[in-house]
Amino acid sequence: MIPAKFDYVRAGSAEEAIRLIGEHGDEAKFLAGGHSLLPLMKLRLAQPSVLIDIGRIRDLSYIEDKGDYVAIGALTRHHDVEHSDVLAEHAPLLAHATKHVGDPQVRHRGTIGGSLAHADPASDLPATTLALGATYVAAGPNGTREIAAGDFYESFMTSALAPDELLTEIRVPKMNGAKWNFQKFNRRALDWAIVGVAAWRNGDSAGIGLVNMAGTPVLATAAADAIASGASPADAAEHAADESDPQADLNASVEYRVHLAKVLTRRALEAAV
Amino acid sequence: MTITDQPTTTSTSVIGQRLLRKEDPALLTGEARFTDDLQLPGALHLIVARSPYAHARITRIDTTAAAAAPGVVAVYTGADLTDLWAAPMPCAWPVTDDMKSPAHYPIAVDKANYVGDAVACILATTNAEGRDAVELIDVEYEPLEAVVGLEDALSDRIIIHEDLGTNASYTWPLVVEEQEGAVDRAFADAAFTVKERYVQQRLIPMAMEPRAVAAVPQPFGGDITLYTATQVPHILKVMTAITLGIPEHQLRVIAPAVGGGFGSKLNVYAEELLCTALSRKHHVPVRWTEERSENSMATVHGRGQIQDIELAADAEGKLIGLRVKLLADMGAYLQLVTPGVPLLGAFLYAGVYHLPKAFSFSCTSVFTNLTPTDAYRGAGRPEATYAIERAMNRLAAAVGVDPREIRRRNYIPTEAYPYEAYTGLTYDSGDHIKAADIAADLADYDGIRAKQKDQNVEGSTKRIGIGMCSYFEMCGLAPSRVLASLNYSAGGWEAATVRVLPTSKIQVVTGTTPHGQGHETSWSMIAAEKLGVAVEDVDVLHSDTAISPLGLDTYGSRSLPVGGVAVAMACDKVIDKAKLIAAHQLEASAEDLEFSGGSFTVAGSPDKTLPLAAIAFEAFTAHDLPDGMEPNLEAHVTYDPPNFSWPFGTHMCVVEVDTETGSVDVLKYVAVDDCGVQINPLIVEGQVHGGVIQGLAQALFEGAVYDADGNLQTATLADYLVPAASDVPSITLGHSVTPSPTNQLGVKGVGEAGTIGAAPTVINAIVDALSGLGVTDVKMPASPINVWTAIAEATASSGGDVGGAASAPDTSTSATSGEDDQ
Repeated sequence: MIPAKFDYVRAGSAEEAIRLIGEHGDEAKFLAGGHSLLPLMKLRLAQPSVLIDIGRIRDLSYIEDKGDYVAIGALTRHHDVEHSDVLAEHAPLLAHATKHVGDPQVRHRGTIGGSLAHADPASDLPATTLALGATYVAAGPNGTREIAAGDFYESFMTSALAPDELLTEIRVPKMNGAKWNFQKFNRRALDWAIVGVAAWRNGDSAGIGLVNMAGTPVLATAAADAIASGASPADAAEHAADESDPQADLNASVEYRVHLAKVLTRRALEAAV
Repeated sequence: MTITDQPTTTSTSVIGQRLLRKEDPALLTGEARFTDDLQLPGALHLIVARSPYAHARITRIDTTAAAAAPGVVAVYTGADLTDLWAAPMPCAWPVTDDMKSPAHYPIAVDKANYVGDAVACILATTNAEGRDAVELIDVEYEPLEAVVGLEDALSDRIIIHEDLGTNASYTWPLVVEEQEGAVDRAFADAAFTVKERYVQQRLIPMAMEPRAVAAVPQPFGGDITLYTATQVPHILKVMTAITLGIPEHQLRVIAPAVGGGFGSKLNVYAEELLCTALSRKHHVPVRWTEERSENSMATVHGRGQIQDIELAADAEGKLIGLRVKLLADMGAYLQLVTPGVPLLGAFLYAGVYHLPKAFSFSCTSVFTNLTPTDAYRGAGRPEATYAIERAMNRLAAAVGVDPREIRRRNYIPTEAYPYEAYTGLTYDSGDHIKAADIAADLADYDGIRAKQKDQNVEGSTKRIGIGMCSYFEMCGLAPSRVLASLNYSAGGWEAATVRVLPTSKIQVVTGTTPHGQGHETSWSMIAAEKLGVAVEDVDVLHSDTAISPLGLDTYGSRSLPVGGVAVAMACDKVIDKAKLIAAHQLEASAEDLEFSGGSFTVAGSPDKTLPLAAIAFEAFTAHDLPDGMEPNLEAHVTYDPPNFSWPFGTHMCVVEVDTETGSVDVLKYVAVDDCGVQINPLIVEGQVHGGVIQGLAQALFEGAVYDADGNLQTATLADYLVPAASDVPSITLGHSVTPSPTNQLGVKGVGEAGTIGAAPTVINAIVDALSGLGVTDVKMPASPINVWTAIAEATASSGGDVGGAASAPDTSTSATSGEDDQ
């Protein structure tokens, strides 16, 4: 429970953070809320030689109505996402899903950007923002770029962020009154989901994101397309795992995970009316 | 719900009050001092290098790089330290004369036998430097195939300890027959038989505070003070002296604030011996604090049994015979009481039921390449209770009656107490129907049965079930002669000293070692009640062998019925002596004195009175004591209980099972525990709450999972699912009070009752909910996948949903549906 030796520097701005990571190279990691990185370091599964603390960059913590989308600063704490009036009105699925992250202590420290950049397929927010068609903004030494959530998750805990890029903003399209539901299936309230489903539907369109059903969060497009074509939730849910490639672990076999994905997707679609 | 006579109480009784615990302000403000909180200038930190292999020969260890690392003072392998050990690590319970036990030293020399087995250690000036350096110890292993399964171990396909020639440590039989062949005859004559196999998964005790040790040499002369997070400082002192070959009187063992144990700190551990030996060798304090994931591997586990149980019953479903065969997992070595744990259950396999003398029990225990097992809350008794209480539901189904009814037919009748059981033990008192009726009222048993008929219908994906368990706890370890008959290497007595100080404040010195149980509060209440003083005027001293030199510590729910009773007896002796002083002072005959409210009064002369405070000062000045009387007012008692005590009760649980996902929702949990007279009901309730949650955790959440190579898959709290407050139900408590006739307080003990009752209650409820689908058993923990798998298997074998609420598809007497568990 004692991490390997590391150096610590604190960045006062996004620009400084990017400059610092350019100086320190591959062995450096950004530290935001620390709720994913620090446990890995304590177990010595991660041994960065430098931590660049971005946790106090205040101007990356905001939630703003931008017309057709809501912009969320990457360092916004889960607690603030959970309780945001703007999100409650325009992206309630995200605010609700965030309630399911860890426990209150985790939600007061952890940040939305940290959770997404960590790219853990078992986390609630990658699949939720994927279902919502969010866009992420990354800043690097050569300026900023937008990355669609669908292009962001490359493999297990690996994102499209370059080593010298910092995730700065999450842009979530307004849900425009879409009906939604979030299903998180786990054994203890504070655990990662064994399987989770974030779903919304609005007339003929629908979006379904799956938690922990592959090495990356999964967009269940076949099931969403079925809904768009008028299928019942039960029939659409039969296709819930078509895009998945789940792994077995202590809590679930592959077969059971696929079964859960179908049951939970059906329930989510039935509830989202 | 009902209070019967409380033998020692009066209208102004302290006993029975819901007093807040004296211990809690220090704990809640963070001011309590645990072992790791101790400031020890100059202490070296011990770090233990542990085997990553479950079974491997150690072919070479290169310590050069580690020894050269910053802050490292010394690096030792097992071979370096052999001179420090006068004897192997102790096992105090050689259950049979031919029991096989491998020599076990604090650091392995040739072979590592489980993941976490110590293979080397470091002394460093800081913990952080030591943790860095331990990674530099280069150990070359020759990995061997690991023995993980119990039946595989028994096959001796791979023998772990070659010098023993087998993996079987012992077979311990207990056959009780009125006449030879009685058990076989019972089964031949039986109208109903039940034959079941149950698996008790391994559990990690996971005390809130991991283990911690600090050995501090005293100035000149070789004395050592050993601070350690232990339940057993007294036992540890004796065993450390023997194992290290150092004079016992040079050792002082102190258990500072200890954050729970659940049996896992009832032991003598390698790190305690290493810190002590190395502090003597280096003449500086040596300390060690366990990490959480280290705790998962290096601290003993609990349970780990395969149970085969067979019941024989007559036409009415009354038990006439019982056979039990256990296969128990010892792990890689025998720790302090490892082999005895399954035996503690041997006496409880007939539960709270009348059984004629037709009982056969045998336990075979095997070594595996896993962490050693040992006592864990309940130690043998939860396992036994689980088996009989699950099997009784199977019997109910076979007979075609409700689980409540099968129990009612078999309970030992209240008027039969004291009851001599088939094993020869005498049960002190009980009223099982009353406890069960209270529980049934609180759980709305009949209402749930009615609701099931509406809800558990064909196609329903939310099925409800109700389960119950009636149990004995078997506390008050133990009459020393009974322990002798079980080959246990110690007695079961407990010591207490009660001292009235010159200013009339009271010191109680106890040999029990509280680590969360609240003895300071309860013992103060006993002394306050007896001596007529305020609870705040009593101080309880414990857990330091220099202050409390005699004691056998805290485990097995023994503290109150043995140690608490000793306190009461010592108070009586103090009163007896004070009475002689009072008689002398009041110029009255001792026989004419009455003691009440802290004062002696001459019978018939209410103005002739003398308070205890005045007597205490007289004893201190010694100016005018009766001739020949020693000038003090204190008394010492060492109490060996004449019998175990037998708390009992009934638990009930209502669950709703989501049959699509296998998820179990506990809707209601009712615990009715009769622990005899309650000293402090608040503490009793806390013990029952914690115990129930721990048993419910075995039923639903926890399990130490190993892969085929013997790697622990659940070494962190992310994978080993200790439930949090948000994951468990509120508990409805009821109680009855049936005083124990074997001690003057009428107390029985309560530490393990909740754990003993909960696991079978929960599993019985789940099986009840799913009985309409043909489910007859669910593997523990009843995780969603295990429940889902049980449903899938039952549905496959019965060709689909068999419909109907609570029918009994696996019995020939399924006509009385609606009441059966199966």
